[in-house]
Amino acid sequence: MPTLVFLEHHEGELQKGPLGVLARATSLEDGEVAGAILGAGAAALAEQAGSHGAAKVWVAEDPALEAPLPQPRVDVLAKVVEAGGYDTVLFAASVLAADVAAGLAARLDAGLNWDLVDLVREDGRLVGRRPALGDTVVVDVGWKGSPAIGIVRSGTFEPAETGGTPEVVEAPVELEDFSTRAAMLEQAHEEQAGPSIEDADVIVAGGRGLGGPENFALVEDLAKALGGAVAATRAVVDAGWYPYSAQVGQTGKNVAPKLYVACGISGAIQHKVGMQGSNVIVAINKDANAPIFEFSDLGVVGDLHQLLPKLTELVRARKGGQ
Amino acid sequence: MRLDRSGESTLNAFDVNAVEEALRVKESQEEAEVVVVSLGPARALDSLRKALAMGADRAVLVADEEAAGSDLVATSRALAKALEREQADLILFGQQSSDSDGAVLWAAVADRLRLPLISQAAELGIADGKATVKRQTEFGYDRIEAPLPAVVAVSDAINEPRYPSLKGIMGAKSKPQDAIGLTDIGLSADDVGEPGSRTEVLALGEPPARGESRKIEDDGSGAQQILDFLVEEKLL
Repeated sequence: MPTLVFLEHHEGELQKGPLGVLARATSLEDGEVAGAILGAGAAALAEQAGSHGAAKVWVAEDPALEAPLPQPRVDVLAKVVEAGGYDTVLFAASVLAADVAAGLAARLDAGLNWDLVDLVREDGRLVGRRPALGDTVVVDVGWKGSPAIGIVRSGTFEPAETGGTPEVVEAPVELEDFSTRAAMLEQAHEEQAGPSIEDADVIVAGGRGLGGPENFALVEDLAKALGGAVAATRAVVDAGWYPYSAQVGQTGKNVAPKLYVACGISGAIQHKVGMQGSNVIVAINKDANAPIFEFSDLGVVGDLHQLLPKLTELVRARKGGQ
Repeated sequence: MRLDRSGESTLNAFDVNAVEEALRVKESQEEAEVVVVSLGPARALDSLRKALAMGADRAVLVADEEAAGSDLVATSRALAKALEREQADLILFGQQSSDSDGAVLWAAVADRLRLPLISQAAELGIADGKATVKRQTEFGYDRIEAPLPAVVAVSDAINEPRYPSLKGIMGAKSKPQDAIGLTDIGLSADDVGEPGSRTEVLALGEPPARGESRKIEDDGSGAQQILDFLVEEKLL
């Protein structure tokens, strides 16, 4: 049962999410696992995909694939699925991947299940697990017909370096006329102060309970001391206190760090779905009834304006003393 | 088996942003009509009426019992057929449905309609037959342009939706509201619902519970207790 994994890359690097999906696909031992890398610099990334489990890597560097826009990618993947006879196509969740996967599902009249937190093989058939209805239930989902298309929630699977050299194949590029009508005028190149939140082992996040944008400095100080990244809730991003790229939640990023420190965050569903996969959650909130305490490992009811500077000092002292 | 999402009778909060944006586009043009199109049970007309109260001109609902339980492939098939009839210059989607987390429908519909697509729009401008969009991604903001007709999916940060006025609410009842069936859009029962879907729900279970959670009041030693906890968890 050959599987194709869409390997998204940004600024010359394969993203961690799709490499994790690649590792999972390989571990299912269903047959050939291939990767598809589309866009400028694709060929140079093929080796890395191979060492992370892809036996074959389809590459295409057509100029129409340079900007991270979904529709030309649908055209190429549809042809690759046909050429390679893939019966499973997997994506790691991202803004781009969601649009590509859904376009591909329509093009091939194929089933798409998304927000998957696990993928298993049961009695020979592929089964996905997906939290639903505000994460109150986990649903086992299946596919009818072929190919089965899935989008995996970000941070679900860890990449694994297995070694190996891939067979590199040119992907057929035959573009539909409507696919190239959208044009990138200006592509995002955001300066990031710290590590990207999706790759961070430690995240310190701030919410409305901080009281104002100036208090994000307290969050940034703690994140720096812990060697982590800063995240924010939708409420504070909408209010303009912090950039969208740091937003965790339903309409932002899904993260699963080793440690998540939630500061002044109530824990609404919108936020919860983006961070509940974290290994250890520490919450600081002045409201003892905040929902965040229901799913945190350690909850501290208190004033974060007092607590955060103290904690930052203690972390610095401990790290300095080691 | 399917997840029943037919309970919704209020306009999805994210779709309100799309309706608001459509009204703003209309207000910026010399002549425009705003049509709201949906797929759902007959009572979904109630929710479309809120869009009419906000200022939309007309509502179309593909109301067919057979369409219940449609997955992405089937929903996008029916919606694309219904949208084809309208020959719209601009098709707007809300960021996601409030009851399922997927934010993917627009891309499937755009592919079926063979129209350019721009998603995650934080700002939208319509001028000279083109849509110009500021798009949110994980990496910041892109600026993308597409000639009309086009499909644009807006984020919930794009605008602050207006509240329907009393006059708008009263006037909504007399605006055209068409409930059409599958045959009106050239589809049959095999194209939608369970037969037309390519995914299925196999089983429902409980989410895995988290471990024990500890809650303490800060008596001045809170920071020290957090530090001790982090050390205990080998995070420091």
